Amino acid sequence: MKRQSLLHPGLNLGSTDEYSHDEAEPVIFGFWVFLMADLVLFAILFATYASMSVQGQAGGPSPTDVFDLPSAFIETMLLLSSSITFGMASLALKYKADRLHLVFWLVLTFCLGAGFVGMEVRDFWIMTQQGAVPQRSGFLSAFYMLVATHGIHVTAGLCWMIVMLVQLLVLGRTTEVKLRLMRLALFWHMLDIVWVCIFTFVYLFGVAL
Amino acid sequence: MTVESSFSLLGTLTPQDISFVQTFENPVMSEFIDGAAGSVLVLGMITVAALLTYYRGWKTLWFDWLTSVDHKKVGIMYIVVAFVMLARAIIEGVLMRYQQSIAVNDPGVLTPDHFGQLFSTHGSIMIFFMAMPFITGMINYVMPQQLGARDVSFPLLNAISLWLTAAGAALVMISLVVGKFSTGGWTAYPPYTGIEFSPGEGVDYWIWSISLTSIGSTLTGVNFATTIYKNRAPGMTLFRMPLFCWTSLCTSVLMIFAMAPLTIATLMLALDRYAGFHFFTNDLGGNMMNYANLFWLFGHPEVYILILPAFGVFSEVISTFSGKTIYGYKSLVVATMSIAVLSFTVWLHHFFTMGQGANVNAIFGIATMLIGVPTGVKVYDWLLTMVRGRIRLTTAMLFSIMFLVTFVIGGLTGVILANPPVDFAVHNSLFLVAHFHNMVIPGVLFGMIAGYQFWFPKAFGFRLAEGWGKASFWCWSIGFYLTFMPLYALGLMGAMRRTVEWFRPEYLGWLQVAFVGALLLFSGFIFLCVQLVVSVRQRDQRRVPAGDPWDGRSLEWSNSAPPPEYNFAVIPEVSGQDAFTRLKEQGKAYASPTAYEDIVVPKNSIVAPVIGVGAIALGFALVWHIWWLVALGFVTIWGAVIARSFVTETERVIPASEVRADHEAWLQQVRECATTPREQEDTSANVGRAEVLA
Amino acid sequence: MLSVAATASNGFINPAGPIAEALRDHLIFIVMVMAVVIVPLFIALPWTLWRYRLRTKSGSYQPNWEFSWPLEILIWGLPAVIVVVLGWNLWHQSYELDPYKPLAAAEAPLEIQAIALDWKWVFIYPDQNIASVNEVMIVAGRPVRFRLTSGTVMQSFMIPRLGGQIYTMAGMETQMNLLASEPGQFRGLNTQYNGMGFANQKFITHAVSQADFDAWATKMSDSKPPLNQAAWALLAKPSVLPAPQSFGSVAEGLFTGVIAGFTGGHPHMKADGTDL
Repeated sequence: MKRQSLLHPGLNLGSTDEYSHDEAEPVIFGFWVFLMADLVLFAILFATYASMSVQGQAGGPSPTDVFDLPSAFIETMLLLSSSITFGMASLALKYKADRLHLVFWLVLTFCLGAGFVGMEVRDFWIMTQQGAVPQRSGFLSAFYMLVATHGIHVTAGLCWMIVMLVQLLVLGRTTEVKLRLMRLALFWHMLDIVWVCIFTFVYLFGVAL
Repeated sequence: MTVESSFSLLGTLTPQDISFVQTFENPVMSEFIDGAAGSVLVLGMITVAALLTYYRGWKTLWFDWLTSVDHKKVGIMYIVVAFVMLARAIIEGVLMRYQQSIAVNDPGVLTPDHFGQLFSTHGSIMIFFMAMPFITGMINYVMPQQLGARDVSFPLLNAISLWLTAAGAALVMISLVVGKFSTGGWTAYPPYTGIEFSPGEGVDYWIWSISLTSIGSTLTGVNFATTIYKNRAPGMTLFRMPLFCWTSLCTSVLMIFAMAPLTIATLMLALDRYAGFHFFTNDLGGNMMNYANLFWLFGHPEVYILILPAFGVFSEVISTFSGKTIYGYKSLVVATMSIAVLSFTVWLHHFFTMGQGANVNAIFGIATMLIGVPTGVKVYDWLLTMVRGRIRLTTAMLFSIMFLVTFVIGGLTGVILANPPVDFAVHNSLFLVAHFHNMVIPGVLFGMIAGYQFWFPKAFGFRLAEGWGKASFWCWSIGFYLTFMPLYALGLMGAMRRTVEWFRPEYLGWLQVAFVGALLLFSGFIFLCVQLVVSVRQRDQRRVPAGDPWDGRSLEWSNSAPPPEYNFAVIPEVSGQDAFTRLKEQGKAYASPTAYEDIVVPKNSIVAPVIGVGAIALGFALVWHIWWLVALGFVTIWGAVIARSFVTETERVIPASEVRADHEAWLQQVRECATTPREQEDTSANVGRAEVLA
Repeated sequence: MLSVAATASNGFINPAGPIAEALRDHLIFIVMVMAVVIVPLFIALPWTLWRYRLRTKSGSYQPNWEFSWPLEILIWGLPAVIVVVLGWNLWHQSYELDPYKPLAAAEAPLEIQAIALDWKWVFIYPDQNIASVNEVMIVAGRPVRFRLTSGTVMQSFMIPRLGGQIYTMAGMETQMNLLASEPGQFRGLNTQYNGMGFANQKFITHAVSQADFDAWATKMSDSKPPLNQAAWALLAKPSVLPAPQSFGSVAEGLFTGVIAGFTGGHPHMKADGTDL
């Protein structure tokens, strides 16, 4: 009965690992709260971008001049797929007793995420070659800050993934490791949602309006 | 315009940046004062080190305190930081009052540059490194015990937050000796603080010290909120929590949401300064109005972060020293929540004069006045708590009473400022300065001092000397009125803030009175220090081992003074508000528990101090463009985090037998203590056991 | 305290024009209304402290008394009513006393363009094609419309005895409409800290008759040097001027040119977000 009441949003370990499930509640709750603070950060970056994307162009490049929509689309697909693969990893965490499936899906997620970051760095490089550097205008400063902050978050997630892979090797599927993977999953999915907003409000709206 | 690349070992740091070298090269009064301040800092640190060596305290300091993750110790360390920074910032305030009292048609003793740094450090320190640590420390110490919990939800994170704030404070202290601080005020509006108009390290010191502490506060908010939601004792529903815990909850929610805009604003300013971005520049699409919006989106909730814990303290103090349950508990909860929500809807009132038009101004003006309603409700609820009670005028209660009277004057001037047209006339004037000091001194500071007086016996096991406390109270109270009432008048007479020299002789009298007031405020602080020294000396006559010197109403008074590491030998079951009063009335306050269990407590950890030192290095390196040290600091911080995640032995077990032995021994001691009627509360007869009135 | 302060002071509580006067009256109104909630506290608190002190003989002791509906309604209701009253007043006054609102008058306002620099104020009179630095001449009894911008950092323009203040920002234009009822001299200043010369950034406002103003303008045109590129470059340097300066002619489009210098010639904002 007590177990039933200990449900936190997202994947619960309840039936497969009751001890970890008991330990999870305050930890996962706290992480959700932290993610909310992170989302406020992104919300403000969006608001700043919105206020500067038109009025801050200063005669420099506009969104249509610099946004590479096909590239952004591929990045979107990479990141969305990586969320699916992480979902598979979470299921492996919960339902499989071994580490093999979990490691497989995590490595796949890492590759997709690294692909995303790599393409984004390439996009930025091309833009700088065209003279669309953040120092050119307020619009570009806001663009780089919003998109790069997201990219840095993704990169941090990738580093976290490597650490987790090492921990799976060294420590095994302990409760602490499981709870960290659950938090990394939440982090990763949140970044995916933020990217969908970026793709929509920055890239699509930027080109359409 | 980008920063010059400096790959030299010490970045842009030169010997000329050391303040003593400046004093030597430019021996004017202003530089002497600066050099003296730096000397006090350096000598102070040497003295502390010498004392630690003499009393062989290094081991205790490291193993019992700096590596501790116990919320009680973390809380006390926060308050120590607050007191040290209060000392510096109060002296800065007195110095500015002095300058202004003599600088009528006279340059005075301070150069404009020195004065500019003074008002910037005074404001930044008081808000970020005095008030925030004070409230965070107070909540840290008290809230888990009031909830019947053993600690906060994330003890190591708690310690890391402490060290991040301490690192920020250290950076500000370092700026006293190495280099200069910003002259942009605590608000640091660009483009004045941009690289074009403030080249040099000053604004960078401000950016990085503030960034560090704001990250610490965000993490603290997450920690406290989780604790209050998840760590309460069985039976303690939200509506059975003490009001201090309600205000702590609202404060932490505000911390979670409000620190982010500040982090962004400072980061954007840093990008403008270091990398030539155009967020807030005059040209190329920058928009300085964005900074004002971002900063105050943080800044207004920030002042509610500061005041809500003080409100919580007043609720506890007033009800305890009236011997009565708080009046209007549910009203107070609703009022507190309303204030927390509304605090996000009023930020524009800090820049009515920025020209956005009557529509926008009027909406925010009305929203601002709305906040006055729940605040007024609280004031009257506190008054009504005293009605039909039995009031004892202890030092903590005196501060609370003076708060009630003085704070409403500040509220009045706040309503005045909330009206955009009138604000046009008094914005940026000394009227504004008087208003916000009228809120933070009687509000935040008196609240924290009252809390300090109230919970000190619990934390250290002996009471503070009431006589010195009352002397301090009178100095703070009279000092406040003498310092700031003239400032209201001056503001109405057209005198502006941040002014180093005056040209209107009619200001002189008011400014002189204000200086006398400032000296009184400083005396109030000195008396607090004297109180501490005297009380420590007399601690054996003042001990309250039974743990309940004030006939307290909530659970933190039910354990020993000082409490054991794990707070409660057995987690209590709660059946209503004023949980401890209930237990006392039922005669169960000191009953032996039927069963004891092993208690798991977190081990100490070096991670937090390592992160702290790494953060100081990182901040200092960023200020002086010492890029190799930036990398080292960054790696240290994240390396510590990652390394820690590989540690598996993070807790230790205190066996049930040990818990039983300690607890039973204490209960035996309590049962042998005589109870104290309230009339003898301030005598050595008070050993911490309260009489239960029929 | 207020009346003592009012006498020889430079604040809006010693008003020299209808706007400052309205501001002062508004302030007094707010204080009177708020007294309804504040004064009862000042009376009830000492009474409570006396009646319910520890050793009292008269006050009853009810340690569990914690609620009363009539009191709740009063405590929540009265402040709510006050806020409605003050809110109504605030809404109305915010529109009445909006700095952008032109003042009702028979004649067209005197147009002045103000540029805030470090640490001085440059006033350009576009219709007379003259300029003055750190002093401004206006006509008593005739509305003045200031168009303002900054050549450096964010500053704030204020003539306290005539009215409130408004920020001046680079690349943007703000406006202030003022009126001096009688001739006189009033001090003006920058209220937003902008560096080492901030305390010295004051200017004198002379309110004179139309005839005197016209005579002054003619004298300036005839005798004073031009405000050309070289003179402007000198003014633009950060400095505190020992005395006010005057110029007999102004380079064309100087005010809009200063704004355009920051916006790159693109349409600039009035600070209320609308384009010009």
